[in-house]
Amino acid sequence: MTLNTTPNIAGADDFYAELLALHEGRSKAESDAINARLILLLANHIGDRLVLSDAMQKAVSAGRG
Amino acid sequence: MSKIFETPLYPYQRSRDQDALHLVRHPVVIIGAGPIGLGAAIDLAQHGVPVVVVDDNDKVSFGSRAICFAKRALEITDRLGCGDALVDKGVLWDTGKVFFDTREIFNFDLMPDKGHHRPAFINLQQYYFEEYLLSRLRELQAEGKPIDLRGKNKVSAIGKHDDHVTLEIDTPEGPYNIDADWVIACDGANSPTRRMLGLDFIGRVFEDNFLIADTIMEADFPSERWFWFDPPFNRGQSALLHKQPDNVWRIDLQLGWDVDKEKEMKPENVIPRLKAMLGEDAKFELEWVSIYTFQCRRMEAFRHGRVLFAGDAAHQVSPFGARGANSGLQDTDNLAWKLQLVMAGLAPDSLLDTYNQERVYGADENILNSSRSTDFITPKSDTSRIFRDAVLDLAEVYPFARPLVNSGRLSVPCTYDGSTLNGPDAVELPVNLRPGSTALDAPLKASWLLERLGDKFQLLAIGVDIPDGLEDGGIAIESLRIDASESPEFARRYLGGARQAVYLMRPDQHVAARWTSFDKDAVIAALRTATGRG
Ligand SMILES: Cc1cc2nc3c(=O)[nH]c(=O)nc-3n(C[C@H](O)[C@H](O)[C@H](O)COP(=O)(O)OP(=O)(O)OC[C@H]3O[C@@H](n4cnc5c(N)ncnc54)[C@H](O)[C@@H]3O)c2cc1C
Repeated sequence: MTLNTTPNIAGADDFYAELLALHEGRSKAESDAINARLILLLANHIGDRLVLSDAMQKAVSAGRG
Repeated sequence: MSKIFETPLYPYQRSRDQDALHLVRHPVVIIGAGPIGLGAAIDLAQHGVPVVVVDDNDKVSFGSRAICFAKRALEITDRLGCGDALVDKGVLWDTGKVFFDTREIFNFDLMPDKGHHRPAFINLQQYYFEEYLLSRLRELQAEGKPIDLRGKNKVSAIGKHDDHVTLEIDTPEGPYNIDADWVIACDGANSPTRRMLGLDFIGRVFEDNFLIADTIMEADFPSERWFWFDPPFNRGQSALLHKQPDNVWRIDLQLGWDVDKEKEMKPENVIPRLKAMLGEDAKFELEWVSIYTFQCRRMEAFRHGRVLFAGDAAHQVSPFGARGANSGLQDTDNLAWKLQLVMAGLAPDSLLDTYNQERVYGADENILNSSRSTDFITPKSDTSRIFRDAVLDLAEVYPFARPLVNSGRLSVPCTYDGSTLNGPDAVELPVNLRPGSTALDAPLKASWLLERLGDKFQLLAIGVDIPDGLEDGGIAIESLRIDASESPEFARRYLGGARQAVYLMRPDQHVAARWTSFDKDAVIAALRTATGRG
């Protein structure tokens, strides 16, 4: 399996709104904790180490420049 | 009555070497009579190799040191002839509990796979461990085995030559010199031998302090390992509680980096900390209190010509994972048979390079594991703390996160993958007994499997016809035929789905090679490979 980088979420705007709503009214510390738990839950769901490594690298490189 | 660790168990006695007219040359000198030096001495003496052991002290270990001895270390001491004494005295445990803040978030069983003679771990004070090794050494001496243990003999100079090593030794009656064909340096983390030879010891210091209190109390905590992250009684830090024999409890409180050590060690500061943990009414006495900082480091090479380093002298790890003494015993387990073959002229000198190769590999595995545990226990940045706490919160609710919790990956034996001593593998057989692995124990009808393995090369045949014994270049291979019907565990561990198997086992109970049928030439070739004659 490879990391899917093409659009894959039905109802993109709804998903994004839900993600932001998670953090509404929360402190930075609460938000950081939620994000960390979310990453771990999703990572476990994916499971495939190669896909996870690929995602980690892309998360870093997409932020450059 | 004085305690065992206050009693000189091998007081200084003048040796004949001190009055000899000519420099005496010994086949093997072991520097240091800690657990590793004693283990090496017993192993070699059991193989008939004469050893001189010198130690600058004359007592067993003092202060808070090792308490957890792992299954593999116990199996090695079984081979050394003193496993029963250790296990009889030790506290058995196999359950670990993890707490976060005020909650117990989960517990784990260390050895869910039953059918092994020895438990996953016992807890035993290092001074007892050493005392039992010393008794075994005395027993061997009484049987006439060649061990000469010299207390208050401190090595003060060492000279390395192509074909021997020179040693200068200080005693209460002044210095003397001896020569040795081989030296095994087991002189601990501050190894004077290493320093005198100008050798490196490189690694990482963890910027943290731990208050270690060995506390004597009557308490009804169970025999389990309890580990706390961020408990109310030690906010922002970790804590560990562990039971030892004689109602001694090991308490380990993380303090952080910027602390006044002198102040923290004063009873008026230690006692309130312990009461906060154990309850105001807890009645206890302190056996020892100390503050440790930990390092993970190793020598670049464990062999320097005729000087071989083992135990803490060669590598040092943080104690989370109980890998110090446990891995040191695996060093001498690996070294003793190789040295004996080389000394007997049955294997080339290069066999000793594989001691370096295999045990550096083992040390790196231990250092990696201890470093990772330490990084989990002491997060190095805000983000690493956020992830650490996220793992702990999730672990309370969801099993998936429990394997990520790292309060010490407890010592398991090393598999020498990629070792040049490994011979052919038969991939149909279970992967965790591939060449380089430690033999797994299993119940047999009249004994345990591991009681029948070790100290020589053996051909273990399951459902395959093999000759009564083989020999090559003066090295014998003993035949061991064991039927798969002896126990389901044996069949499962050694055959998996296969119908038959042949394993070539090393004297240290590691798998050298394996097949699903017998071919004499293949076995002899594997023996040559396993003894560095390939
Ligand atoms: C708090 C703590 C907890 C630990 N917990 C565990 C655990 O649970 N499990 C585990 O496996 N390990 C544990 N360890 C590690 C364990 O104590 C060591 O790995 C072990 O003692 C190493 O044994 P050694 O024989 O290599 O060295 P040492 O025990 O240090 O022995 C070295 C010996 O060499 C002698 N010596 C030194 N210099 C000279 C000289 N110049 N001449 C002659 N003799 C000399 C010394 O007198 C000493 O007897 C712990 C350590 C600490 C500090």
